Amino acid sequence: MTVTETARESVAAALEQEKVLSHLHPEGSFLVEDHPVPTGREEIWRFTPLKRLRGLHQDADLSGLLVAAEADVPAGVVLERLGADSPLKGSSGYVPTDRISARAWAAATVGYGLTIPAEADLADPIVVTVTGTGTEVASATHAVITAGPHSRATVVVKYVGSATLADNVEIVVGDGAQLTVVSIDDWADDAVHIGHRHARVGRDATFRHIDVSFGGDVVRHDSTADYSGPGGSVEMLGLYFADEGQFIEHRLFVDHNQPKTKSHVVYKGALQGEGAHTVWIGNVLIRKVAEGIETYEENRNLVLTDGCRADSVPNLEIETGEIEGAGHASATGRFDDQQLFYLRSRGIEESEARRLVVHGFFNDLIRKIGVPEIEKQLLETVEAELEKTV
Amino acid sequence: MSTLEIKDLHVTVDTEDGAKEILKGVDLVIKDGETHAIMGPNGSGKSTLAYSIAGHPKYTVTQGSITLDGVDVLAMTVDERARAGLFLAMQYPVEVPGVSVSNFLRTAKTAIDGEAPKLRTWVKDVNAAMERVKMDTAFATRNVNEGFSGGEKKRHEIVQLELLNPKVAVLDETDSGLDIDALKIVSEGVNRFREQGDRGVLLITHYTRILRYIKPDFVHVFVAGQIAEQGGPELAEQLEAEGYDKYVTAAATA
Ligand SMILES: Nc1ncnc2c1ncn2[C@@H]1O[C@H](COP(=O)(O)OP(=O)(O)OP(=O)(O)O)[C@@H](O)[C@H]1O
Ligand SMILES: [Mg+2]
Repeated sequence: MTVTETARESVAAALEQEKVLSHLHPEGSFLVEDHPVPTGREEIWRFTPLKRLRGLHQDADLSGLLVAAEADVPAGVVLERLGADSPLKGSSGYVPTDRISARAWAAATVGYGLTIPAEADLADPIVVTVTGTGTEVASATHAVITAGPHSRATVVVKYVGSATLADNVEIVVGDGAQLTVVSIDDWADDAVHIGHRHARVGRDATFRHIDVSFGGDVVRHDSTADYSGPGGSVEMLGLYFADEGQFIEHRLFVDHNQPKTKSHVVYKGALQGEGAHTVWIGNVLIRKVAEGIETYEENRNLVLTDGCRADSVPNLEIETGEIEGAGHASATGRFDDQQLFYLRSRGIEESEARRLVVHGFFNDLIRKIGVPEIEKQLLETVEAELEKTV
Repeated sequence: MSTLEIKDLHVTVDTEDGAKEILKGVDLVIKDGETHAIMGPNGSGKSTLAYSIAGHPKYTVTQGSITLDGVDVLAMTVDERARAGLFLAMQYPVEVPGVSVSNFLRTAKTAIDGEAPKLRTWVKDVNAAMERVKMDTAFATRNVNEGFSGGEKKRHEIVQLELLNPKVAVLDETDSGLDIDALKIVSEGVNRFREQGDRGVLLITHYTRILRYIKPDFVHVFVAGQIAEQGGPELAEQLEAEGYDKYVTAAATA
């Protein structure tokens, strides 16, 4: 193959990518005015309680400096403040897909860049703690996490405290890198967090995103991934627990824009208490170029009490017939009476039996995380959530 | 010394067309040390009896009583019944995703005894109980009954029987789905339980073959929600030769 042919092919491929008009793939724009104030009738907003967003989706002041990030990083890893004009910004290829994200992009004056050098092999997770200190003024932040080619690392981002936050997190996974990002929303009860995360996954790279949401009043995460080369693999695991009055929404979009790529998505949630509401939207697009890909997405919800609502919508859009495998599953259910009966028939009290079943529901997922300290912490968090009602 | 006494038991199940009576007056007394076999055709209500003793919420007792050593079993919750000394080995043991066998067994043992078992001896006890029924001890780390074969599920029920060591065990078709080797292994487990001398067993079965390994003291023929006939072990032999036909016909014309 000559150089010109290759060039022509990649131009053709680029054109092909652009002409996809997918309903799963809203046209992005950096300009806030390209994203009108949502009314709540739009597909991407129809589940979200806009009234509780404190104007993030309208024109609320985003100049708050009430969120700070802190981390201890090992030698070689670069942690820097991310100014509004940092060259890192935009390196994942992300273009804001909704008004809040575009507003946060324009307004973010604080944030961090975390760069793991090529071929670094980090045994211990890097923990970034994002602390909110007030909800009076909304804050906007921007973060860029970059894993150099063939590096291996785990980054844990913990959100704690009180805040009204809109943030964009870009993740760039270099060729052959293995990056795990664990995001834990452990906010105080009054926090509102609308977060966008986008990962661009390099050739033969592995990206794992583990998204854990427990706290906050309204939490909505748009997590998206695409590929910058063939052979990349994305695993997205999610675990959420919504209590009385709490709203937690996860919108996922995996864009199989390269051949031989993989995605595996499993989100599990439990709901308890009046008005607990969760939403899971799992969108997967398999483009024409994306031959030989494999994708699977699954969402399961366990409804523990009356008065809860779990919405779950998997969408798979396939534009090529040449795929290895594609599937999805979604189920929302109450406690399984047979399971409870079986446990109780062995002398185990009802409350304890319920605890076992809920732990069991999450255990398989928690065991997949592969970061022992996080696994242990999550088991404890599940336990603490259960103490609240069950 | 313990006695399970069932008197004039009537039980209904909720169906789309309202409550349907399945048990129509069952009388049965199991004294300690006794093994009673209940045999009957499909759909005669054997599992309903077993579940009613254990307190499954699907079944409603409309008349009659069940007592254990004179104490009202029907007033107890499912778990209270187990702690009082009743055990049900289920015809179709339930899968519990994400809960390991070892965690399950330890939690159950703790609940039954009212205190956690001594860690050091407990692990040995669990391994020994598994080895006795030729279950690989690796099963301890697997999720309860998940992906177990039919035979493995039944062995797991016997492991629980041995570890929890109830006063009265109700075994609902523990023999079904077992090959001959597994049948022997499971029967040996039940016999070890019986050899303690003061344990009651209610052995529900559809076939006579398990009675070659577990010798019952009494045999009851269960048809259409009632005991149609009772006798000694010879009744099993008669059923082996003649089947249930004569009882089923009698019940249908009654
Ligand atoms: N939910 C239900 N709705 C309607 N009928 C039911 C329901 N549950 C049980 N039954 C009926 O009750 C009867 C007794 O069932 P049961 O399971 O006790 O029988 P069994 O003797 O254990 O049968 P098998 O030998 O097949 O195990 C059957 O006719 C069954 O169809
Ligand atoms: Mg049955």
